[in-house]
Amino acid sequence: MKPGKLALTLAALACAWLPGRAQETPKVIPITARRFEYSPKEVRLKKGETVTLVLQSMDVTHGLLCRPLKLDLDIPPGQETRVTVTPAQAGEFTAICNHFCGAGHGNMKMKFIVE
Amino acid sequence: MDRRAFLKITGTGLGAGALYQVGAAAGVDPRRLALVDLLGRQNGERVTPFSFVQLSDTHVGFQGPPDPLGTKAFEQAVAAVNALPEQPELVLFTGDLTHDSEQEGESLARMKRFQAIASGLKVKNLKFVPGEHDAGLDGGRLYRSVFGPSHYSFDHRGVHFVALDNVSQGRPVVGPEQLAWLRTDLARFAVSAPIVVFTHRPLFDLKPEWEWYTGDGDEVMNLLAPYQNVTILYGHIHRQHEFQSGHARHLAARSLIFAFQDPARTDEKKPYPFDPGAPFRNLGIRRLDLAVQGQRPVLQVDDVELSSREFAGTVGIQQILKGVQSL
Repeated sequence: MKPGKLALTLAALACAWLPGRAQETPKVIPITARRFEYSPKEVRLKKGETVTLVLQSMDVTHGLLCRPLKLDLDIPPGQETRVTVTPAQAGEFTAICNHFCGAGHGNMKMKFIVE
Repeated sequence: MDRRAFLKITGTGLGAGALYQVGAAAGVDPRRLALVDLLGRQNGERVTPFSFVQLSDTHVGFQGPPDPLGTKAFEQAVAAVNALPEQPELVLFTGDLTHDSEQEGESLARMKRFQAIASGLKVKNLKFVPGEHDAGLDGGRLYRSVFGPSHYSFDHRGVHFVALDNVSQGRPVVGPEQLAWLRTDLARFAVSAPIVVFTHRPLFDLKPEWEWYTGDGDEVMNLLAPYQNVTILYGHIHRQHEFQSGHARHLAARSLIFAFQDPARTDEKKPYPFDPGAPFRNLGIRRLDLAVQGQRPVLQVDDVELSSREFAGTVGIQQILKGVQSL
């Protein structure tokens, strides 16, 4: 094996054995939507840390809009809606349902707290 | 020639909707006269004076603490429009005609109740767009069966009116089909043509965290960008607002059910509490007059608050309130 190829192979092996590699899989945060609330109502995230939100509607199609986190989703019932998020800034951000879901739609919201 | 000055919009405070005047500003300029004629040929109709009214967010069927009076403000607005010394030629309703209901048959009953009250207007040329409370739950099917298409256009005395639906898809969007339609619809007009767009939600990011926006509003505005005389009338936010983007002026009308508080002063979206002493405060009409001053059209905008003494009907309201409180 040529020295260059050997170095590449060793580097690949070293990467594969790096401790904590499993942490590269983003943390999963389940969020449930039902008229007219999200559960949980508050989710804590860390700036720069990627997480996967797994959203599920228990009744009708809902939405989730949070511009600071670049979230703008439909959450249809009967399936999981997955999205990865890497917060770029710290702060408290309100997310709203932006798919009209009935009389209490205007007050359906949750909060992301990015530390 | 300053084509942007061709159509001017001015406004004064009046309370229960909006009156718009369309006309021509002072100063006879042969070049402007030529432009009026050119517009007339291109639009198929020359700009001539008329007035129209915008009413918004009547929410027929709503009953709750911010407004225990139900349709009283709407009825008062009808009386206020009928009392105008010069009757408008059009009334535009910018959505949330009714409040949503999932009780079988109730949404239709509310739409019929809306029509019954609106039929009290002396002017019979009524145009509508839906709000999310009319059309957000069923994709607009019931609304269209009662009121007809949810987007369309028409010309009136040389002004091109465009009704846009940004609620029927559940999300605050116009959608690619309607955008393609709008592109075709606008294609026949000169850039100087007076255009009035009426829709429910704001076409710009007024307050997205309160759902005061349209997701593809920028695409609508890009299609309108070449046109130099664009007025956009909308509702949804239950308060007056004015915003300029490029050549386009965006005007929100007051609601006829309850008013939301100023988003610049509170983080929480909430209505003003009901004030029995001033039951119609912050509710109103917008009146618009297209006048022709010299040879130049001018769109004058009057905001009419229902709490104005002549529209308040305070004595009758106090009697109604006593009735509500005794229930």
